[in-house]
Amino acid sequence: MTQSVIIEAPADGADVPVTASHPRVRWILLAAGLVAALALPWFLYPPVAMDIVALALFAIALDILLGYTGLLSFGHAAFWGSSAYVSGLIATHYGVPFPVAVVGGAVFAMILALPIGYVSVRRSGIYFAMVTLAFAQMVYFVGYQWSDLTGGENGLQGVPRSFFGLELVETDSFYFYYAALPILLFGMWAAWRIVHSPFGRVLVSIRDNTPRARALGYDVDKYKALAFVLSAGLTGLAGGVFAISHRFVALTELHWTTSGDVVLMTVLGGIGTLWGGIVGAFLNVTLADYLASSGFGGIDLITGSVFVLVVLLFRRGVWGTVRHQWNVRRLRRAAARRAAPSYSSPDRSSRHPASGEGTGR
Amino acid sequence: MSAVLQYAVQGLAAGSFYALAALGLAVIFGVLGVVNFAHGAFYMLGAVAAAVLLDTLDLTLWWSLLVVPVLMFGFGLVVERLLVQWLLRLDPLYNLLLTFGLTLILVELVKQRYGVSGLPYQLPGGLQGRFDVAGVVLPRYQLFVLLFSVAVCALVWLTMTRTRIGMILRAATENPELARALGINVGRWVAPVFGFGVALAGLAGVLAAPFRAITADMGNNFAIILFAVVVIGGLGSIVGAVVAGFLVGLVEAFGQAYAPTFAQILIFVLMALVILIRPAGLFGRQEATT
Repeated sequence: MTQSVIIEAPADGADVPVTASHPRVRWILLAAGLVAALALPWFLYPPVAMDIVALALFAIALDILLGYTGLLSFGHAAFWGSSAYVSGLIATHYGVPFPVAVVGGAVFAMILALPIGYVSVRRSGIYFAMVTLAFAQMVYFVGYQWSDLTGGENGLQGVPRSFFGLELVETDSFYFYYAALPILLFGMWAAWRIVHSPFGRVLVSIRDNTPRARALGYDVDKYKALAFVLSAGLTGLAGGVFAISHRFVALTELHWTTSGDVVLMTVLGGIGTLWGGIVGAFLNVTLADYLASSGFGGIDLITGSVFVLVVLLFRRGVWGTVRHQWNVRRLRRAAARRAAPSYSSPDRSSRHPASGEGTGR
Repeated sequence: MSAVLQYAVQGLAAGSFYALAALGLAVIFGVLGVVNFAHGAFYMLGAVAAAVLLDTLDLTLWWSLLVVPVLMFGFGLVVERLLVQWLLRLDPLYNLLLTFGLTLILVELVKQRYGVSGLPYQLPGGLQGRFDVAGVVLPRYQLFVLLFSVAVCALVWLTMTRTRIGMILRAATENPELARALGINVGRWVAPVFGFGVALAGLAGVLAAPFRAITADMGNNFAIILFAVVVIGGLGSIVGAVVAGFLVGLVEAFGQAYAPTFAQILIFVLMALVILIRPAGLFGRQEATT
């Protein structure tokens, strides 16, 4: 039996000791990530590579809410999709370079997130998920009904990819990847910046203990709404790039299954890990690509099964599991060092292994 | 005037599906603390089961109304024992995600087996046709749906308020710790309650079978509107779920009649208004806000 009390933070993984990753490890990871991002279109079909990076930013943006604020948004397709449409429309009607169109889409997503966030943050936990889902469905119907603008079920077709007259970028997906990558990397950097800023710390405190954060004088609802809007903006960047990359916006981008897909990516990568979203997006896209090329029809069957299995057996996610093992090993080693007669100065051996960066659960 | 009455009956009939299913959702949430995303899929399974029973065994709607809820009850028991129970102690979000995954699986399975075009369904003779009352045309079946679901809701309500089982369940909902301290084996009721909620969703599906296109996707949007319904009514409130169900049905019917473009959107606007004015829902307890 359970209490029907809603626990704000994702319960699992909360036992991970709060440790900073080793600075050297962090630099190695960053370098490896950058190399991987640059090398990706050499190994994968470039549009697929683009999908992976765009969806990775989508999952990371969602994790700002899910992992760091304790809010499960089940309606992020609204921001992803609306930015895709707005970016596509701007690119189609004004012929501006695509980064301008993408920024326009992201701004629109943030404007849309303002009222939705304002209303939704009044409910937390499970209610927040339901309310955001419902609002996203409303946005879906608007997109569906307003077919003069969005093309309805046919989607928005023939989105141009103009980029300062550089023909290689405009026609070749390989070069387009490199033109669009900085936008997405900027988004990821911004996400990292947000969760490691004082603002991000407040979000974590809201996640872990909302009444206490409120008692400390923080306007909890305002912080949540701001996190929601920022997350929507980053989602918008990703959605815009995705639309321009495909030169097409489908109604699917607004559909609730898209909201579900990104939640799966975030959970699969690891809630509250930020970079786990990259792993989740990679696995999701490559799996979908593989299934599509093998002619298997029921992709939802696989997605759904992965969902069920991950939630039942693998709640830490890939990144979360790796980090947990890493932390456990580090703590054990530190404990062993403390127990053994120490050769280093007493000052060093007494230093608590958990000191350092806070939010990296 | 006659048109208004017609839309009202139509809306209340559509609202019956929401009310029954939302009732199941509310009961499950109350006792288990689980928001069952798969409720829409169970509703769809109810409708598909009715269509299949009619097609293969020649069981008419009357039989389906009896047989399908029993089948769905069993299915709900299996789902609870096999999947849901393992996550009950964790954050309720995990069960929302689990049932979301389950929804994808169930919808896809039905799609693979029965295709994407709708299954046919024929009403039994006694429910076909319509009444003409003073110039108002009222389909017989819509009235039947309305009366039937009101009866079921009343029955559930009476069970919850007037019987010993209801008393136990309400105690388990209000304060499981205290109920346990008083010697009530709360855990024993978890699986049956889940099964019961699933059975209600299946029953709504059976009733909707002659009314809607029976496809694998019929439950998807239904589930999301159901969420809006329980948010409006106040999640965990049985009366709230039923009243909000009928209310949303009415909004939908009148919306479709007078502003078809905005019919679906109106429901969510209503939800937003309720959250702004009464965050806990129309019948929710206010302290449950945070």
